[in-house]
Amino acid sequence: LRLICTTTAVQRKNIEASGPEKYTEAFIKKQIEEFNLGKRHLANMMGEDPETFTQEDIDRAIAYLFPSGLFDKQARPMMKHPTEVFPEQRKIQWGEDGRPFHFLFYTGKPSYYSLMHETYEKLLNVQKHQDQLLADDLPLQKEKRNLAGSRWLTRIELEEMLLEKVSDHDYSRFIQLLEKLVAQPCADIEEKYIQKFSKEVPVQLQQVVIEPLQHDERGVAFSTGEGKRKTARATAVVYDNGTGKITVNGIDILHYFPVLQDREQLLFPFQFLGRIGKHDMVCTVSGGGRSAQAGAIRLASAKALRSFVTEKEVEFMRQAGLLTVDPRVKERKKPGQEGPRRKFTWKKR
Amino acid sequence: QSLAAESFVVSALFSPQLDRGCALHTAARGGLSSVSSQDVPAERPRAIFHTSESDPAKHTEQHEGRLYNIPLEEVKAVFPHGLPHRFQQQIQTFNEARVMVRKPALELLAYLKGSNFAHPAVRYVIYGERGTGKTMTLCHVVHYCSRQGWLVVHIPDAHLWVKNCKELFQSSYNRDRLDQPLQASIWLKNFKTSNEHFLEEIKTQKKYMWGKRESTEEGRPLREVVEQGLARVRSASDAVGVVLRELKLQSHCGSFRLLVAVDGVNALWGQTTLRKEDKSPVSPEELTLVHNLRKMVMNDWNGGAIVTTLSQTGSLFKPSSAYTPQELLGKEGFDALDPFVPIPVPNYSPKEFESCYGYYLERKWLQHEKAHTEDGKAELQFLSGSNPRQLDRLAGPL
Repeated sequence: LRLICTTTAVQRKNIEASGPEKYTEAFIKKQIEEFNLGKRHLANMMGEDPETFTQEDIDRAIAYLFPSGLFDKQARPMMKHPTEVFPEQRKIQWGEDGRPFHFLFYTGKPSYYSLMHETYEKLLNVQKHQDQLLADDLPLQKEKRNLAGSRWLTRIELEEMLLEKVSDHDYSRFIQLLEKLVAQPCADIEEKYIQKFSKEVPVQLQQVVIEPLQHDERGVAFSTGEGKRKTARATAVVYDNGTGKITVNGIDILHYFPVLQDREQLLFPFQFLGRIGKHDMVCTVSGGGRSAQAGAIRLASAKALRSFVTEKEVEFMRQAGLLTVDPRVKERKKPGQEGPRRKFTWKKR
Repeated sequence: QSLAAESFVVSALFSPQLDRGCALHTAARGGLSSVSSQDVPAERPRAIFHTSESDPAKHTEQHEGRLYNIPLEEVKAVFPHGLPHRFQQQIQTFNEARVMVRKPALELLAYLKGSNFAHPAVRYVIYGERGTGKTMTLCHVVHYCSRQGWLVVHIPDAHLWVKNCKELFQSSYNRDRLDQPLQASIWLKNFKTSNEHFLEEIKTQKKYMWGKRESTEEGRPLREVVEQGLARVRSASDAVGVVLRELKLQSHCGSFRLLVAVDGVNALWGQTTLRKEDKSPVSPEELTLVHNLRKMVMNDWNGGAIVTTLSQTGSLFKPSSAYTPQELLGKEGFDALDPFVPIPVPNYSPKEFESCYGYYLERKWLQHEKAHTEDGKAELQFLSGSNPRQLDRLAGPL
């Protein structure tokens, strides 16, 4: 299985956990000085005030001065603060006499074990507090923490934080400990500590806003949707109380799409919702080829139909793949090959 | 009262044909024949799509959207060469010929019934988009006329005469023109099958010379001319010309009515794909058959009618979206055919679609389980756009 989306942390190959420093502190300091100087120069060049030149301004200026058509944003020229560019590293953990600073150095994973110790200490603290409250006969239950919208740090994020490798087993032990801590009734005392290891999860569907129905002069309800596929862009206006007539760029679909396959694509959203003869549609489409235009109109009509339909059916449509933009585009031809994948004919001699 | 009489006659017509088809089918037909074509809710819903009126003369608006049956013997006699290919395959599959009664056909029949035969022949041009049923309308009219006893000159597709011709000979009658013996002989054969009895009655009015030795005297039956054309393939085109000329001259006498039915009339004024031996293109006037047919389609004779169809499917050098008379006939053809009565043929109306769909269901042509449901019907209607040809092609694999 190939990971399609990777985090920058994985790509960075965990340099910080691998060995001693690659960049000295003096080097980093020098980079920071150079960065600040360069920032002032850039502000001067762009005619802005050097004092109030933010990172966004820097990005805009660089994009203006060095325009690049590369797709990968990481490959384009960028100017960032050295702490973002150079990954954090562990400082040298022993002194001049060779004696390590941390008392757990010889465990091999000092930061991990120290973290476990700290967390256990907090747990004991909470338990002591509980016992005290029990002794004073005060109520234990306070408000429950909301666990729904948050998640623990992933193993990768934990590695970033500790600057050393964390194995799966160790990670699961740590999470168990955190869960145990949170399960205690008086865990609110250590809320600040726990928050360091939890993250908010934004709820998926809230981001998608379904527009309400609009009404035109005759009082007929309609809604619009936009869709795209490959290079084709389409907009569709779906009217209520119709007979199932569909017009594309002013032409009837029977004439615009003589091929059955394209008409089947247009039929799909209506058939899925069981509303074949109930809506009229007027669409405009441009770009792409025959199949791409059909796919674009299908997406646009599905998006427009969302306004006519219950939320549950919208979820069904999403799962059926009617509301997803098809990301497939023509792959680029590579040099040294005949096509995107095809290599030149191999000749033995 | 007249309705009761007609239904009695019709039931007498149908009793010998009860042995065909399954028992359910015959019961439905028998049930229907005792009642006129008004809907009775107690009847089987399938039978509503059919009507027992087998005579086009009696078709009225009540029968609109229904399918009527043409007995197979009549099909062979009247339409040796007229029906579209897919319809012929359907006849073979279903073992019966069912034609839908539609509004344009009813309109045409009304005009024909009310036309005055002392006036010059009226020209009707059936036009419409691809696959909407123009040829079937023409066949409906031809069936009506043959039932009424008219002499039918039916040219199945004029495009066949202007393209893909293997043999072209220089005409002996006229130096400039070119003959097409193959097409002419095929047409003569079919003409003979469809109008046997007329060929005996009509006599030639002039003496015709076929080359140096053979000739047909004055007063001989037309059948001899036709046989001469079939026997001597070289002079077939001239035989066709003679036949057409005779019919035109004699139609105003009143002994018979003449119907000239041409499918794809825009071929007569378009371009051809044929070339002469010196690779120069042939224009339609230079072909004997086309030349004679043009004379036929002129309205300088009386005692009949001319019904033509425009066809884009076989036409040459015309865009596929062209369907109006102006576009397909061109300026020359339009002026030649002007004045004419245009008859547009639209796609299926919802009622017609229902009856076609019901017919396919009844004959078990639609095998897919989903095709029997309402959703399936809506799907078919959407995908075919209520176009008869598209529906036929869609229903094929199902």
